[in-house]
Amino acid sequence: MQLDEKPQSGDESNPYLSKSTRLPRKRFYRARAHSNPLSDSHFPVPISPHHVNHSLHYPHFFPNSNSDSDSRKIEFADIGCGFGGLLISLATLFPNTLMIGMELRDKVTEYVKERILALRISNPTQYQNVSVVRTNSMKYIPNYFQKSQLSKMFFLFPDPHFKEKNHRRRVISPFLLDEYAYVIKDGGIIYTITDVEELGEWMKSCLENHPLFEGLSDEELEADPVVKLLSCATEEGQKVERNGGQTFRAVYRRIVPTV
Amino acid sequence: MEDDDSTIASEANNKESMEVEVAPALISVHPAQDSVAVAVGSELRVFNLREGCPVTLGADSNEACHHKESIRAIRYGAKGKLFVSAGDDKVVKIWATDSWRCIYSVPTEKKVSAVAISDNGQFVCYADKFGVVWVVELDELNENQTPVQKKGSPLLAHYCSIITSLEFSPDGQFIVTADRDFKIRVSMFPKKPIDGAHEIQSYCLGHTEFVSSLAFIYNQEFPQGYLVSGSGDSTVRLWDFTSGLLLHTCEVGSEVGEQQTNGTENNHFAVTDLCATPDGSSIFVAVQGLPGILVLSANLSTKTLSVKKLVSITEEDFIPTSLSTSLTSDFLWMVMGVSNLTTRDSSSLARVRVITNLNKSKEEKEEDDKIKILEDKQVPCGEKALEKLQGSLCIDKDVFSAASEAVKTSMRNLLIKKQYSTEKREFRKRGRNDKKGKR
Ligand SMILES: C[S@@+](CC[C@H](N)C(=O)[O-])C[C@H]1O[C@@H](n2cnc3c(N)ncnc32)[C@H](O)[C@@H]1O
Repeated sequence: MQLDEKPQSGDESNPYLSKSTRLPRKRFYRARAHSNPLSDSHFPVPISPHHVNHSLHYPHFFPNSNSDSDSRKIEFADIGCGFGGLLISLATLFPNTLMIGMELRDKVTEYVKERILALRISNPTQYQNVSVVRTNSMKYIPNYFQKSQLSKMFFLFPDPHFKEKNHRRRVISPFLLDEYAYVIKDGGIIYTITDVEELGEWMKSCLENHPLFEGLSDEELEADPVVKLLSCATEEGQKVERNGGQTFRAVYRRIVPTV
Repeated sequence: MEDDDSTIASEANNKESMEVEVAPALISVHPAQDSVAVAVGSELRVFNLREGCPVTLGADSNEACHHKESIRAIRYGAKGKLFVSAGDDKVVKIWATDSWRCIYSVPTEKKVSAVAISDNGQFVCYADKFGVVWVVELDELNENQTPVQKKGSPLLAHYCSIITSLEFSPDGQFIVTADRDFKIRVSMFPKKPIDGAHEIQSYCLGHTEFVSSLAFIYNQEFPQGYLVSGSGDSTVRLWDFTSGLLLHTCEVGSEVGEQQTNGTENNHFAVTDLCATPDGSSIFVAVQGLPGILVLSANLSTKTLSVKKLVSITEEDFIPTSLSTSLTSDFLWMVMGVSNLTTRDSSSLARVRVITNLNKSKEEKEEDDKIKILEDKQVPCGEKALEKLQGSLCIDKDVFSAASEAVKTSMRNLLIKKQYSTEKREFRKRGRNDKKGKR
């Protein structure tokens, strides 16, 4: 296991960036549609949350590398962030909140990195609070976040894994919810959405049956500006929207059960 | 598009075939040293130390009480009334130690890698090869002659990593699991375990390789205790397990390496097992390829570990595969052994050694006070006990050295995850793309 993560590069002559917009071109970052989260991949993993290098991800907030110069912690995590659309929207909506995307596919992660870097260059005061890591969220969440660190966690359009015997690869499962409950603080919120009805029901029932989560009321859903982003902010969401597909949402709050 | 299931399947097969090769021998001592058990391959051997006689398992019931494949985990309950054994044959057996009858059997879906019994003897937990921990609740001791079948319910899971160690905290409030990746998880043991253990208290993160073993150390001053873990990264670490804080790291590699330059490849001194004295002051550490044992002293007030001494057992290259201490007596029981040795006619080996004067050697003023390796005649119940536990008193030199070779190479392989060479990985990837192209 290695400690360091590769620094982001903002090379001017980068052929993967579009000449006109300076944004990365998606076609260079195409990858297999799904990765197998069970196979071991080879990427660095921080030994513990203390080893997460904030200055690499958020140089604006953590200018020197050995620093705890800022006591700020990452608060939002977008799990399986894909091409990063949600993070880009959240970054300006919550400019003082640190957020991170976690993505298993190498090329997709690279794309998001370049996208963020390009946005930072063209909008010098913005997007300093958003970053991405390549990792397997099903294995390494506790390596990135301490207990009760997160206030929001997102699972937008996750891979469906239809077959029964593959259900254990789903990113929402009763066992993994134990881990998510550990990193989400009391009152923090977990957002899920999918266009696959069966998966939607699965995610909802996992959350509903978990003793550490409770559903938000309709009024609360209405009042939360983030809920509106779920169906339209990500690339996958936009695709579904274009095709006029239905979506299934489950939004739950982390609670401390009264014994 | 679908994931490559065939790859996973073959990976699992590879893993299994590799692990069929050898199974390290295990040892466990009754908390009051009433008896001692050794597992080699599928065979469970128990000797009654109180009465000085070998135990016949399942006394007057049928043959069916024996395990059919390698045993991977054995342990006594804290009160000594229960004993659990489990492994590759996918049946957890729960024994009553007064009669040595198997009173419960629990069929499992996957092979079992670790077991634990709650302090009050009400719950038995076992971990399977998929990283899932299951729990069964026991009723009052069953008086039937045939084992009662029980079914486990899922308690918690590590995501697709084999669980190597499973321990209840001294106060029974937490259950701790360690895995082959590097993770140690501390979970609240719930009032109603059948509903699952959803509240994670902490993660103890710091190891950079597989965690092979866990032990709690505690005394009257620190009744809650601290957690100690041994790992393939050649360290033993001390943790405040309620917060997950790493208190101290003790490198064993340097200490062992000095003594043992001809040892293992790449100077890799993986910790393969550890156990503590009942007062928590000493920790005994078995290290990959090391003939003997490393003794650490633990200071609970300063929260530190330090190497006390290396006890070499070189006259016969004794590399322990498993260690055990009882709560009340001053003996460390060790076994070195493997099953399914391919060489020679004799297919398994178990050699038992015992060390005494565990607690007295604080200052080592007098020669008499030193940790002492017992001769065969000196171990509790002497050669009679060894004859049962080892299978025979005399061990053929060739068998011994074959076993010692097997132990040297196998312990680490058993614990680490299968690594593919870059070449092989590329090949496997290509296979995947070909499949994709055909669709
Ligand atoms: C269908 S995409 C949705 C992407 C994005 N959330 C969106 O809505 O556009 C699912 C993403 O999850 C990623 N993913 C799957 N399993 C993962 C894991 N275990 N850890 C991190 N990312 C994962 C996939 O690589 C893929 O990019």
